[in-house]
Amino acid sequence: MDIPFVELKGINKKFGTVVANQNVNMTINKGEIHAILGENGSGKSTLMNMLSGIYMPDSGQILLEGRELKITSPDDAINAGIGMIHQHFKLVDVFSAKENITLGKKDGLFIKGKELSRQIREVGDKYSLRIDPDKKVYNMSVSEKQTVEIIKVLFGGARLLILDEPTAVLTPQEIDNLFSILRKMRDDGCAIIIITHKMDEVMAISDRITILRKGESIATVNTADTDVKSLTEMMVGRPISLEIKRVTTDPEKVKPILNVRDLVVEGVGNQRLLDNVSFELSSGEILGVAGIAGSGQKELCEVLAGICRPKTGSAIFKGDEIIGLSPREIIRKGIKTSFIPEDRLGMGLVGNMNIVDNVLLKEYHNSNKMFMSRKGSKQISEQIIEKYDIKTPSVYHQVKKLSGGNIQKVLLGREINLAPQLLVTAYPVRGLDIGASYQIYNLLNSQKQDGVGIIFIGEDLDVLMALCDRIMVLSHGEVMDIVPADKVTKEQLGMLMLGHKNFDTEGHND
Amino acid sequence: MIKIVKKSEVAGIRATAYRLIAVVGALICSALLMLALGHNPIEVFSNIINGSVMTKYRLIETLRRAIPLIILSLGISVAFKMKFWNIGAEGQLCMGAFGASFFALYFPDLPQIVLLPLMLVAAMICGGIWASIASVLKLKFDTNETLVTLMLNYVAIKWISFLQYNLWRDPEAKGFALIPKFSKNAVLPNVFDLHIGWIIALVFAVIIYILMKHTKLGYEIEVIGENKNTANYAGMNLKKVMLIAVFLSGALCGAAGMIQASGVEFTLNEQISGGMGFTAVITAWLAKLSAPAIIVTSFLFAMLLRGGDFLRVQMQIPSAVSDILQGIILFFVLGSEFFIQYKFVFSRKRAS
Repeated sequence: MDIPFVELKGINKKFGTVVANQNVNMTINKGEIHAILGENGSGKSTLMNMLSGIYMPDSGQILLEGRELKITSPDDAINAGIGMIHQHFKLVDVFSAKENITLGKKDGLFIKGKELSRQIREVGDKYSLRIDPDKKVYNMSVSEKQTVEIIKVLFGGARLLILDEPTAVLTPQEIDNLFSILRKMRDDGCAIIIITHKMDEVMAISDRITILRKGESIATVNTADTDVKSLTEMMVGRPISLEIKRVTTDPEKVKPILNVRDLVVEGVGNQRLLDNVSFELSSGEILGVAGIAGSGQKELCEVLAGICRPKTGSAIFKGDEIIGLSPREIIRKGIKTSFIPEDRLGMGLVGNMNIVDNVLLKEYHNSNKMFMSRKGSKQISEQIIEKYDIKTPSVYHQVKKLSGGNIQKVLLGREINLAPQLLVTAYPVRGLDIGASYQIYNLLNSQKQDGVGIIFIGEDLDVLMALCDRIMVLSHGEVMDIVPADKVTKEQLGMLMLGHKNFDTEGHND
Repeated sequence: MIKIVKKSEVAGIRATAYRLIAVVGALICSALLMLALGHNPIEVFSNIINGSVMTKYRLIETLRRAIPLIILSLGISVAFKMKFWNIGAEGQLCMGAFGASFFALYFPDLPQIVLLPLMLVAAMICGGIWASIASVLKLKFDTNETLVTLMLNYVAIKWISFLQYNLWRDPEAKGFALIPKFSKNAVLPNVFDLHIGWIIALVFAVIIYILMKHTKLGYEIEVIGENKNTANYAGMNLKKVMLIAVFLSGALCGAAGMIQASGVEFTLNEQISGGMGFTAVITAWLAKLSAPAIIVTSFLFAMLLRGGDFLRVQMQIPSAVSDILQGIILFFVLGSEFFIQYKFVFSRKRAS
């Protein structure tokens, strides 16, 4: 390669006093898939946001085919042929695929419907991206939405595609499909940057890998010349064990604590968000919940926390029915259902409040007086900060200004501090770096050994299979199966997630 | 090309500096306006200060204006903290004044020590109920509280007009449509030459400060305002808290109505609110909904109002000028918030 397609030279970016990127150098060639690997908070997203015009670097150069390029807005990026597909899709739900794709296009006042559909199909066919141009986004599955995003970017004439964590929401089968599409685009001369922290995917798809650590570019290596272990070391900065242990609980502590029967939750238009969900949970057990995002995980959490009232069904916790109780009553009955919500800033923490006030959230109603004291919460906050190594200037720091991992630790620390008997946790390691993730796994394991019943809603199948005792697979709100975690394969889980119930589970049947 | 870019967090001192610059900018801009109108700006400004605080009488008149603004802003701040956009302070003030007047007119001979508290309580209940219409409708039918509270202002004002022109019209007022003056027992006594409302306002400020900072209710209001989902998840009773907070908000505005009727007008009339319900939205907002800051912003706004009146008398400057001054100051100060969060980026021609 003579001149690289895009070259980043000495990129620096600070947010206030926080260094997000420091002296980042990397090159991206045409016709390659370039993975950017780094822990959360290592500056991957910031870097890519600078390429796509959302942020501007404080200093440093971006060269496009050898010429300096100033990107000051997403418009500039698109005009330069750089398109980004964000982790959270930026589509208008009530619009069709076609309308979303042409959104923001400036040429022409009118939309030529048929002509456009043809063009979209043309672009799609080229890379076997199949999509119905007239389908509304709200009717689409996650992978269809992703396809729309990709076509949208290609339609805008992008020659460099940036995908931010594209596989996080896909099943194994969908991931394979996405990868083959990406390979086709690469062979066609596109440059592709893929941001991820999943090691096996990096190894499978990329040609070269740039590793970021604490905002700096550590190295760029050829995928063929490296392995998972050395990549991890470069990422974390020290050797680390990648084994998740499944601990066993003292059988005396294992007693059934939760019995859920025939839960039905209906959404808009009687659509069943949970469809006759039944399962049992014992103390000292981790029950994993797998499923494509939006398969009813959120509703299940909310029912158990008392936020969402199901249409029918029951949930008996140690002999007490908890359906129909308010969240406060569930806590008052002596049931400690520590529920760690999916979207932790959206539900669980108050971003504009400081750590003490957030810890107070689960404490303040315990005093009978009208006035409340923040002393206890301050102490707990200090303990949590120390125990989980939360990086913050003080206990009075606004939660939203912490990094994702630290936010997660505040929430988890607060919940575990309540000494729960049943812990419901959704995606507890999302946004955490590897070290911190393992801390969380160990924490869950020690809770399990203490006899806590844990419902672990996860997205990384490898983690679910390694950590949990049993895995319940949800698809469209229905329990497809509950399988022992040590006897199931990733492919089988994938099939279940897609809703294929009847496959050979090697003798296992429910 | 000019582009607007979101800034990273601006630290405390710099943010304050931005706001000071904004005030200076507003003064310069107003000065230019004065010059254009053929007045000496320095004279105008010194007259505003002179006219609002430089003699004891003027200071007291300014404080008299500040009292209702403080109480209304406190009331508004409680609802706004919960992101319940109560812009019906005007109407709640009217209904509060109505409640107070009812007892003043029908039980004029009760001893003052009984009658005044009764009037205050009645005013707070009436104002609270008036505000609660919006919260109940919001909970039942998911209506927009901004519209409902705004519209109820007009209903309340017209209700007062009806009382003034029909039901409570004083037959002895010789053809004038007036409601009778309150009896002596229904008038707020003076403390240091100013009706006792100033003490009530300060007490309210302390209560609201403590309520918002150190009670469960205040904490719940804040959490709900910040994040309804989290509040739900933490087991807060959203409906209950909303009903209480909105009632409280309306009750405070109602109290302001009682103080105006009993301390300033000595009767009820349709001009009793005089737009203060809207001015208070501004003062509450400029104070960032903090009770101590509300006292300051309300006083400053009262200065502007009084100063404007003084200009009219002293320099024959139309009172509209003081409105323009208010507008300019508001524009700059609120505008400075934009510069605290965003910045302009000047870029060369696009390289392509």
